[in-house]
Amino acid sequence: MRKILIILMVAAALSSAGCKSNKPKPGPSSQTEVGGADSAGAGSDAANAGNVGSDDETAGPQGGLLAKRIIYFDFDSSDIKGEGTDVVAAHAKYLASHAGTRVRLEGNTDARGSREYNIGLGERRAQAVRRALLLQGATESQLATVSYGAERPAVAGNDEAAWSKNRRVEIVYLAPGGQPAVVQPQR
Amino acid sequence: MSNFPNYAMRSNKPVAWRAIRHRLLKIAGAILALGAVLPAWAQLRIEVTSGVTDPVPIAIVPFSRAVPADGGLDVAQVIQHDLEGSGRFRALQRGKMPATPTQPSAVVLADWKNAGEDYIVVGRVVPVEAGNLAVDFDLLNTLTGQRVAGQRFVGTPGALRNAAHRVSDVVYEKILGIRGAFATRIAYVSVDGQPPTQKFQLIVADADGENQRLVLESRYPLMSPAWSPDGQWLAYVSFENKKSAIYVQLVRTGERRQVSARAGINGAPVWSPDGKKLALTLGGSSGNPDIYVLELQTQTLTRITNDPAIDTEAAWAPDGKTLFFTSDRAGGPQIYRQGVNEGDRPKRITFTGNYNARPRVSADGTQLAMVTLDGGNYRIAVQDLGNGTVRVLSKGHLDESPSFAPNGATLIYSEREANRAELATVSVDGLTGLRLKAEQGEVREPAWGPFAQ
Repeated sequence: MRKILIILMVAAALSSAGCKSNKPKPGPSSQTEVGGADSAGAGSDAANAGNVGSDDETAGPQGGLLAKRIIYFDFDSSDIKGEGTDVVAAHAKYLASHAGTRVRLEGNTDARGSREYNIGLGERRAQAVRRALLLQGATESQLATVSYGAERPAVAGNDEAAWSKNRRVEIVYLAPGGQPAVVQPQR
Repeated sequence: MSNFPNYAMRSNKPVAWRAIRHRLLKIAGAILALGAVLPAWAQLRIEVTSGVTDPVPIAIVPFSRAVPADGGLDVAQVIQHDLEGSGRFRALQRGKMPATPTQPSAVVLADWKNAGEDYIVVGRVVPVEAGNLAVDFDLLNTLTGQRVAGQRFVGTPGALRNAAHRVSDVVYEKILGIRGAFATRIAYVSVDGQPPTQKFQLIVADADGENQRLVLESRYPLMSPAWSPDGQWLAYVSFENKKSAIYVQLVRTGERRQVSARAGINGAPVWSPDGKKLALTLGGSSGNPDIYVLELQTQTLTRITNDPAIDTEAAWAPDGKTLFFTSDRAGGPQIYRQGVNEGDRPKRITFTGNYNARPRVSADGTQLAMVTLDGGNYRIAVQDLGNGTVRVLSKGHLDESPSFAPNGATLIYSEREANRAELATVSVDGLTGLRLKAEQGEVREPAWGPFAQ
């Protein structure tokens, strides 16, 4: 077997952005940075300098089971088990007695399989936690869900040690005045 | 003489430059914001992983140059990379060439035949009117003396690399009888770091990994890039607002439009063959993903599936009337086919193994590529849609996201080992493959663009 090893050099986008070189590169003009603190999103290509942390989140309640925010799952399962049951119960009780408090339930999977299918699996886990919270006193308006599938692993790596930490739902407490629980179509 | 649109851009040039200047003014902030983060995507390394046992011996002689307009680009080298990367050619090393002719009349066929070459390519890069360059080449059969092909491509100096890929396309087709797909582009996602400092980049590059351009960057996941049939737009999923939304973006200018930010999952966009619709996955607030078709002009939404299972990852058949998709309505994920007309029923089409997902259909509609669980490994398989035969093509442990080249001869996909992810290709006959490694971070979710129009 022959091997060709080629280092493919690419002109730095910045250096070619403004100059009339012999290689017109539309690339730099089409760069867009998103996901910043106040990214508008809808139809914009707004650029946001200085992305900083988790703007819409808050520390939430502390102490005991409430300090635990992660519910772990078995492979290909959305059943809440073991300590996860107690963690969910503690947060349900807290939400039931703090009607103004809102959380986002972030569903995640391990890295195996196809990505969009994993988005579906992560959503199924987030919905399982949502239903358990509703059954124990939380209300619809307190709960938002999102599935990141395999896109935001808690632990890097492609073995069971990492995978078992990545099959999870994270309960994220939201700062007052953050995004609404249910987002309507923008167009 | 042939003028192809991408390379024969004389008439378009003024328009293109106006557009670029205009955009530069508007995105000055973005460039500043990007600043130090550019180098991460600056390099990909190609490694041929397998080839046929009897590759075609060919000599690609260095072309005569047009200094300095050619910017130092070694056209013959680009062609050699293309052809050797296909796994079906073995190119003669330059140090072993008996001569360096650039005109067919200067080729002494016997010398090249004696050197073991079946074919020889000679060519010239020459300045022509209006600051453009012409690439002339001749493909000769050293055994018969026949001039198998000879053509001229004219375009701007900046499109010279594209012209080289077009020469590769012609050589490949004349010798192997299959249309070459070297003058095409790929889109992919690059990911570096771990949350909360993860960085996602959507990148477009030539099919050989060169000529990369950053399309979009975000701290939150970017997923599922999909090309429009005209190769001008990308659809993708972005979580930039901490929930999924689907955007379409004009690659050349960066102009983009949010087309779906409904409650719950907005995922897996794919363009219809006529470019007017997206098939996509919507989860709704109840979190039950189903397949829909969104008419882009009117924003009309048509529901295709209605099942409590996960239905996602739609792929259009080339007829524009049929969708393939992943569903776990029977337990594990399997692939189903369903017409887009009201009343059409889904039909399961995969029965080998208990995990088949993420379908893609070849341009001629005869082959289905997918991710399959094969003895504990996630691999790329192709199912013949005529007789149902399934062949596993890849050899990795965590392979995913197959995408057909527009000629249907090759698939690009991503593979993962330990903490790395890279892109790989495999020919549909399973005989050839190569790998595109990132110097830093993971590269994944490759989408092979259409033939240039």
